[in-house]
Amino acid sequence: MGYFSVENLSISFGGIKAVDNISFSVEKNEIFSIIGPNGSGKTTIFNLISGIYKPDDGAVIMEGENLVGKTPDRIAKKGIARTFQNIELFANATVMDNLMLGRHIHMNTGIFTGAFMFGKRSPAAREEVEHREKVEKIIDFLELQSVRDQFVGSLAYGKRKLVEVGRALALEPKVMLLDEPSAGMNTEEKDDLTIWIKDIREDYQMTILLIEHDMNMIMGISDRVFAMQQGKKITLGPPQEVQKHPEVIKAYLGEEGIS
Amino acid sequence: MDMKRSYYEDIELFKSGVILFWTIVFLLVLFTFPLYMSDYALYLLNLIMVYVIVSVGLNILVGSTGQISLGHAGFFAIGAYATVLLMTNLQIPFFIAIIAAAFIAAFFGFILGLPALRLEGPYLTIATLAFGLAIMHVIGHTEFFGGRQGLMAPPLDLGIPQLGWSFVLSSETSKYYLVLIITILMVLFAINILKTKAGRAFVAIRDSDIAAEVIGINLTMYKTLSFAVSAFYAGIGGGLFAFVLGFFDPFTFNLILSIIFIVMIVVGGLGSVMGSITGAALITYLMYDLFKNVNEAPYVGPLFVAFSERWMTITGMDNFNYIALGLVMIGIMLFEPLGMFGAWIRIKKYWKTWPF
Ligand SMILES: Nc1ncnc2c1ncn2[C@@H]1O[C@H](COP(=O)(O)OP(=O)(O)OP(=O)(O)O)[C@@H](O)[C@H]1O
Ligand SMILES: [Mg+2]
Repeated sequence: MGYFSVENLSISFGGIKAVDNISFSVEKNEIFSIIGPNGSGKTTIFNLISGIYKPDDGAVIMEGENLVGKTPDRIAKKGIARTFQNIELFANATVMDNLMLGRHIHMNTGIFTGAFMFGKRSPAAREEVEHREKVEKIIDFLELQSVRDQFVGSLAYGKRKLVEVGRALALEPKVMLLDEPSAGMNTEEKDDLTIWIKDIREDYQMTILLIEHDMNMIMGISDRVFAMQQGKKITLGPPQEVQKHPEVIKAYLGEEGIS
Repeated sequence: MDMKRSYYEDIELFKSGVILFWTIVFLLVLFTFPLYMSDYALYLLNLIMVYVIVSVGLNILVGSTGQISLGHAGFFAIGAYATVLLMTNLQIPFFIAIIAAAFIAAFFGFILGLPALRLEGPYLTIATLAFGLAIMHVIGHTEFFGGRQGLMAPPLDLGIPQLGWSFVLSSETSKYYLVLIITILMVLFAINILKTKAGRAFVAIRDSDIAAEVIGINLTMYKTLSFAVSAFYAGIGGGLFAFVLGFFDPFTFNLILSIIFIVMIVVGGLGSVMGSITGAALITYLMYDLFKNVNEAPYVGPLFVAFSERWMTITGMDNFNYIALGLVMIGIMLFEPLGMFGAWIRIKKYWKTWPF
């Protein structure tokens, strides 16, 4: 058993088995990619892991503990952070505040301590400054300095995707789930993102689960690739092998073919 | 080089010297009002400040967390009744009584917040509405609370009379200073709360509760906390209101009042402390002064009176009050959906680039 694993995970929606008896095990510090045609159940796996859906059957195990049945906020506190395919940011808050929200689980200021934030030396102000420093590092790392104080609702799509990655990073999770982070980005932005994901793995000692449609990116950064179709596993292995797997090719030929 | 300082600037109460300067000027003006204002004007200002406290709290619930309450008159009533009853029945000193009353209101807020986890949107609003009405009727039918006759506020003694140390505020001026200082404090607390962990969590829940949850925000805790905080504010406001009025009955705290609280924050600007303040000030002034005296206005006044007597119910002039309030609200929604605060932001932007 690896560092993080899902075991026999299943869920159906009105008779359709969106995720059907899926098992895999991820090593610490690995970049583990999940691919599959549209509607194959990739996002649903993330929703099961992060506690948004409760599986009909199966387990999500991290460091020996089963996370199934815990609420999403408990799972976040256990060290799992994620981004969403369709971006779930706090649109009427600034980039800074979105990232500060990523620090939520690491902060202790209660409502009374917060209310008495008078002067630099108050406990609330000290904690704010301490966490702002951490967030500022993320802002520098993802090159968000220019949009630091803008409302995320007003940002370009690619930038918003990046803010979401930053927010997940701010949680300092052990495992990060990225759901199509490069969707809607141009080539240049995608190249940057590829480098950053590698850096995140190195610098933050992170374990990353990645859902992607961009094959170049998948081939470039994955340690292993898990291919699935209609809720079921096709194959699991190193990217080059998975890419050549006849059933994977077949599954993708239905769409646009694999590049 | 001095990195730390620059991060602190983000959260400083006064972001620039200019803001600090104007805030001080504004406060100085507020502190000099009693020197040249009539008692009636001070009474009006006291009312405004009481409503400012309630609005600031309500805006934390509605504007920041995105939960609508039509029951805030209930918390307001709890604040007023609990403060007065604690003082008269248990001889508890004023400051302790009003804080205790606010905590009692907050407790009720917490209880009312619990269904918020299951009920969404309009259903929750109806639950709060029922709560507000229930409070009014329970008070009205209970002898202990003074029943329909209402209650008289005791002398406003800031000391501890049991220890022979009394400090009774009887003049409108002295009450004004008390209310002013408490209002300033409550406003500052709100600004700080919204800039720290809890305030950000409130906004997060409003914008995307699913994202809020996956970053580790406990929805149960923060939704009920938001109710409790805003009820606490209504409780403090209610405690002061009791002494501003001197006498009150259950019908003071009717559904219309809850709606007027909502009008204040919508007109002022949802989610903004400055908006709550301006909204409360404007609406209170319109309601208690301008619209009340509209019948004395030259030409228009008699016309209104005639119209009212001919076409409306006995409380004719009050009808105009509500109609006018409704029109103000519709006007704001049509022309400036972000409220007066939104207008202010636009004006600021305009002047920033003027004359280029
Ligand atoms: N809440 C839900 N209710 C009903 N059906 C759902 C729900 N969530 C997912 N599904 C269904 O489960 C299947 C898998 O969806 P999922 O979003 O996991 O696919 P995906 O692999 O992420 O696809 P894409 O590449 O388009 O993002 C789809 O048929 C989808 O309609
Ligand atoms: Mg998906």
